[in-house]
Amino acid sequence: MTLLSLNRLTKSFGGLTAVNNVSFQVEGGSIVGLIGPNGAGKTTVFNLITGIYRPNQGEIIFNDGSIVGQPTHRIVSLGIARTFQTIRLFQNLSVLENVLSGCHCRMKSGSLAAMLRLPSQKKEERRAVERALGALTFVGLESQAEQLARNLSYGNQRLLEIARALATEPQLLILDEPAGGMNEQETGALITLIRRLRDRGITVLLIEHDMSLVMRVCERIVVLEYGAKIAEGEPAAIKADPKVIEAYLGTEENE
Amino acid sequence: MMDRTKYLYLAGTVVLAAAPAVLNTYWVDVLNNVGMYAILGLSLNLIVGHAGLFNLGHAAFYAIGAYTAAILNSHFHIPVLWLLPLSALTAGLFALMIARPIIHLRGDYLCIVTIGVGEIVRIALINNVFGITGGANGIFGIDRPQIFGWVIRRPQEFYYLIWLFLMVTVFLLQRLENSRFGRALNYLREDETAAEGSGIHTAHYKLMAFVIGAAWAGMVGNIFAAKMTIISPESFSFWESVLMFTLVILGGSGSIPGVLLGALLIIGLPELFRGFANARMAIFGVAMVAMMIFRTGGILPARPRTYRLPQPAAAVEAKP
Amino acid sequence: MEQFFQQLTNGLAVGGIYALIALGYTMVYGVLKLINFAHGDLFTIGAYLGLTLLTSLSLTDRLGPFWGVVALAAMAMGLVALVGALLERVAYRPLRESPRLSAVVSALGASIFLSNAVMLMYGARFHVYPQDLLPKITLDLFGLQLPLVRVLILAASLVMMTALYLFIQKTRIGTAIRAAAIDQGAARLMGIDVDRVILLVFLIGPALGGVAGVMVGIYYGQINFTMGWTYGLKAFTAAILGGIGNIPGAMVGGLLLGVIEAMGAAYISIAWKDAIAFCILIAILIVRPTGLLGERVAEKV
Repeated sequence: MTLLSLNRLTKSFGGLTAVNNVSFQVEGGSIVGLIGPNGAGKTTVFNLITGIYRPNQGEIIFNDGSIVGQPTHRIVSLGIARTFQTIRLFQNLSVLENVLSGCHCRMKSGSLAAMLRLPSQKKEERRAVERALGALTFVGLESQAEQLARNLSYGNQRLLEIARALATEPQLLILDEPAGGMNEQETGALITLIRRLRDRGITVLLIEHDMSLVMRVCERIVVLEYGAKIAEGEPAAIKADPKVIEAYLGTEENE
Repeated sequence: MMDRTKYLYLAGTVVLAAAPAVLNTYWVDVLNNVGMYAILGLSLNLIVGHAGLFNLGHAAFYAIGAYTAAILNSHFHIPVLWLLPLSALTAGLFALMIARPIIHLRGDYLCIVTIGVGEIVRIALINNVFGITGGANGIFGIDRPQIFGWVIRRPQEFYYLIWLFLMVTVFLLQRLENSRFGRALNYLREDETAAEGSGIHTAHYKLMAFVIGAAWAGMVGNIFAAKMTIISPESFSFWESVLMFTLVILGGSGSIPGVLLGALLIIGLPELFRGFANARMAIFGVAMVAMMIFRTGGILPARPRTYRLPQPAAAVEAKP
Repeated sequence: MEQFFQQLTNGLAVGGIYALIALGYTMVYGVLKLINFAHGDLFTIGAYLGLTLLTSLSLTDRLGPFWGVVALAAMAMGLVALVGALLERVAYRPLRESPRLSAVVSALGASIFLSNAVMLMYGARFHVYPQDLLPKITLDLFGLQLPLVRVLILAASLVMMTALYLFIQKTRIGTAIRAAAIDQGAARLMGIDVDRVILLVFLIGPALGGVAGVMVGIYYGQINFTMGWTYGLKAFTAAILGGIGNIPGAMVGGLLLGVIEAMGAAYISIAWKDAIAFCILIAILIVRPTGLLGERVAEKV
């Protein structure tokens, strides 16, 4: 079943066309990679999906409904969560509170319920803390729950971002360079984590520059260059695709 | 529930309850002012401290609540305390109206706009807008508050009303702080894009912070009108907004104890050193600069929230 | 019709003053991305210092009306420039690495301090500039009867604005200032001494604000410690109107605001005159925050 569908998506900034007529689909329960050289428009595609930018043309269909023009927070409650390329945690808050922000959209209590401390509100709070801890346990950070986010190591901060996104109970998780700054061992653990996410029923779409990770974990890969899609397929095919090789390494004549 | 902070509050309450018996009328009235500014500060704290929105026009909300009570009471003789919800409502609605178009503005721009709004309200009041505000002379002849026939007239009587109101405020706002709502404000203060990306409707919460803060300030305005029986635009100038802002920033931005301390220092201290009363604003100015350089969170900065964690290994006694 | 041109020239004269103050805001904002709340108080200090210098040194007695005023302006400019540099050193430089809003609060604190310091030193009542500084003659220009004072004030502002514009556009240091305003990091890498650029901005901006204070004293005759507040906010509106950070924008914005205000006061209502500026401010920030001449800067996510 197709979970996410991008059709002829185009986004320009002034004279620069960052995303040019890009179309691809993400099947539910799969792990899809979005790769391409720097400046290819990958993060822009993510920003379009999550509603930070509005496309000039094209459609984004999620669960058979168009999400173009929806505000970001709405898209999150519809079931798409993301991590950021540059880590955007709430640095001065605790690890637990960072994850609790993800629980927010799955809770209902407002200011009045809070002031009156209704039983429903108290129960909801307890449940939220449990869910947050659950997300932390999933990524392996439960022992750090009370640490300040900024005291975490870089790799752990990336995991924390994933935990926060997990807490929103997404159907689709989009990860923007989750392995950035990770070493061999951490990358291996990340691959395991991504597979466990998929086993839990979450569809994963990720941007990565670490080719070994992409090749090992992704079931399908979409390749962008200068804003346009130049290839799509399974890892083995992509690896051998001359257009992809040219995009990353250049052809012999140009050297 | 019995941790150190609770003991402090309890002890403080006992001391405060006994105060009018030992102090003379002048000092009781000083404490009345401290109390009112404390509530104003707490209402502003929601906007400035928790949501991180720099509001330098808070006196406008205070004014609207006061004038609502004043106008409706002097014309229709509705008891002022019954008008408390109405004062809150008008102030809150006003905040909703003006905040909506400006809520997306970046920090320093928003700050300037709030100053402008405060000034426009003040000028409108002086110019007798809609013909009901009494112009520069204001409105007089406002009734004293009454509770079941008992008229509150003397400072000692106002004392209990104000400090009761303050305690209720602290009680409710503390709960608000430690809730989904309170957290949402902090998230959007720390990183708006990340908050929005985590599913928080940041525009809504910014607006709510303004509305709730305004409504509370409106209620203080109501009590102020009833206490003074005369109100005029002079009491709601930019300097009032600055005073409230200062006591939040210096006392402790985002921290209830901090704001209470701020009110005590900013309003109470100059009374102890009357000779320096004229210089107090200048001193506050210097204090603000120094505070930003040396201790950004204020004298009593906000403390991180604690949570009761279910696992036995990490069980921590939490503030419910 | 005569009244229209009288109001127009009056508006331009006041607008010129707004423009000079606005330049201070816009230059500081351009380089530091900070709204210098205390700038309006530097303007006030200029007005008061001018008065003190005038009366204690008897400048016009010694040098005659024209040169007396010029000397007065020059001295006021110099002194206020020094205060401005001191302000930067004490209240802003320590916060260069801090979150921007800390600097905003510090600016506010500095403003509170300065305006109250003026009040403590000079008292809260209005102070009066000598009425006979400049001859009260009327010039006949283009068929209009214009007071000399008004013409001189407008002329002086235009001269100074032109000088500043040429300085910024044509000199090396001016280019350095522009570079630092566009991208401080890159400017530093190009070998520009950004600290010195900032110092310069905090000398020029306050100097212009200071001379504007003297002008207000001469034009309106009376000064008060709260004028920094009103003029400051209006000048800030002018800077925003023209596009904050944009130097020609501040000049255009100032003149435009002066004219709109004068027309509004004459033809609509004088009581709401001050509200006009605030309404314009709020409207601009909502509708077109980059102002008339400003540029849009996008944020990368």
